[in-house]
Amino acid sequence: MTAVIPILRTERRTLSAKRLPRSAPGVAGLTAVAAALTARGTLHWTGWFTAGFAAALVHLLLLGAWSVAVEGRRRATDRVAGILVGACLVAASIPLVMILGYIAVKGAPALSPTFLTHSMNGVTGAQAGGGVYHALIGTLEQVGIAAAVALPIGILTAIYLVEFGRGAFSRGVAFFVDVMNGVPSIVAGLFVFTFLLLGLGVRPFGAAGSVALVVLMLPIVIRSAEEMIRLIPHELREASDALGVPRWRTIVKVVLPTALSGLVTGCLLAISRVAGETAPLILLVGYSARINPDPLSGDQASLPVMIWDQLGKRSGDAGAFGETRAWGAALVLILLVLAVNLAARLLARLTGPRSR
Amino acid sequence: MPPRIDVHNLDAYYGDFRAVEGVTISVEPGEVTALIGPSGCGKSTFLRTINRMHEVTPGGRVQGSVRLDGQDLYGRDIDPTAVRRTIGMVFQRPNPFPTMSIYDNVIAGDKIAGIKRRKAVFDDIVESSLRAANLWPEVAHRLHKTGASLSGGQQQRLCIARAIAVQPAVLLMDEPCSALDPISTLAVESLITQLKSDYTIVIVTHNMQQAARVSDRTAFFTVADQGMPGRLVEHGPTAEIFTAATHQATRDYVGGRFG
Repeated sequence: MTAVIPILRTERRTLSAKRLPRSAPGVAGLTAVAAALTARGTLHWTGWFTAGFAAALVHLLLLGAWSVAVEGRRRATDRVAGILVGACLVAASIPLVMILGYIAVKGAPALSPTFLTHSMNGVTGAQAGGGVYHALIGTLEQVGIAAAVALPIGILTAIYLVEFGRGAFSRGVAFFVDVMNGVPSIVAGLFVFTFLLLGLGVRPFGAAGSVALVVLMLPIVIRSAEEMIRLIPHELREASDALGVPRWRTIVKVVLPTALSGLVTGCLLAISRVAGETAPLILLVGYSARINPDPLSGDQASLPVMIWDQLGKRSGDAGAFGETRAWGAALVLILLVLAVNLAARLLARLTGPRSR
Repeated sequence: MPPRIDVHNLDAYYGDFRAVEGVTISVEPGEVTALIGPSGCGKSTFLRTINRMHEVTPGGRVQGSVRLDGQDLYGRDIDPTAVRRTIGMVFQRPNPFPTMSIYDNVIAGDKIAGIKRRKAVFDDIVESSLRAANLWPEVAHRLHKTGASLSGGQQQRLCIARAIAVQPAVLLMDEPCSALDPISTLAVESLITQLKSDYTIVIVTHNMQQAARVSDRTAFFTVADQGMPGRLVEHGPTAEIFTAATHQATRDYVGGRFG
């Protein structure tokens, strides 16, 4: 009896394959570093970026070639891809770590109880002292008002788009949200400037900045909340419908709690994004070295505009102490965003589902 | 005494597509009625028209009448949420609310709808519903853990407990065992048998042995071709449908010759 399928494969089947020793990546890495250091010495490279890049490249080529020779193509591809992914991770984290680290190093000397509790009233660039209190108050108020307006509107719009929106109107809303996402912040500022300040004929004030921030926050909140609410399985809504629950209570009690952590992330993203917004605030809020706790009248400071001011870009003279205070204000701004993040995460965890 | 359901000349649509056509059937009180038939024959769609869940699907609409003890559920003055509280539903895949504990899942019908009761009352509802669903011994010690920690079969019984906790008169089950292993299936089937004295039960199943085991009456649906509406071919006592069906299509289906 002949075989139904002609036998074309004649090679012996083996289940084992040659592997590089466990130490191979280490050996290749050390060789690459040594090669890069040698090259740096003989070719008189200055700085470390070229050497670091060269070491990574040599490591990649060396381990890849070695692996092809011993292990074959599939494992070599795996190793090379692994190295590339790792390299991208490092490349992405370098700017992150450097920015945060640099701000921490430069800003830390400025931080003191005085810095956090005093304004810049009467302090010139040539004088030490002063602080961020006026700017901290301004940023908290401007961003707080903007968040109080934009987050509910944004989440409600997202609920509309996912749960109720049908047809052309809903598609139009979604389209304009995307368009709004691309509006540069200074354009949003110009818009509010024209209609609110020129229109009413009033001087800049804190809440005018909030209006521009709302315009910038809305598309971020709507988009992220929409994605999160869309992720909630249809089965959960059906389960609630089938219990005879009105649709709005299903949304409030089932859909939103299930999407909570995603919604919090989106809101935080929007807050963090606008907390550092400068251009519209220069236009709409101005700057004041004094403490102005009233967001409804008079120029108000904010942390980003204070950085701009302390670097001497507003007055033309930074003085001897301005730069340190600018870094200090930058550090306070980052710590503020961090604190808001941590607080919201904690809140979401405390109100979230209990684990098994 | 649980209610009877009389469906007369019912059509169900998805947009312009007629998915179910001309169904006339009576569901007797205190009995289990099984809906069987090949995939796409409209039996699930028909099931969802009974508690007005069909219209939740975008484009879903219904013509004809469904009467619960004589009252037309599609009348102008009828509140669909009240219909759904009276006619509970269990779905194909267990779907407990992931953010809620087992306890809160059982009373979800009241909790989500914002109906407030004293804690002692809720405690009673939770215990009696879980006992009725044969789940109480397994979860009594961990009522405040999340429902997602249960096995698939336990989750499905939790969903049944949730459905009966709002004290409906009718239970609709859409392939309640198709995601379960044989042991969990047995647990749910024996539960159905126990529940039928208190509820009118309609169950959709792909499993003909299951229909034969749990149902008193069987209705056979079929569809002529893709894009055609599903129709009710015949219905009657389960034993008759399985041994002496009137139509050739029914005999072929229950005999395993097609579908």
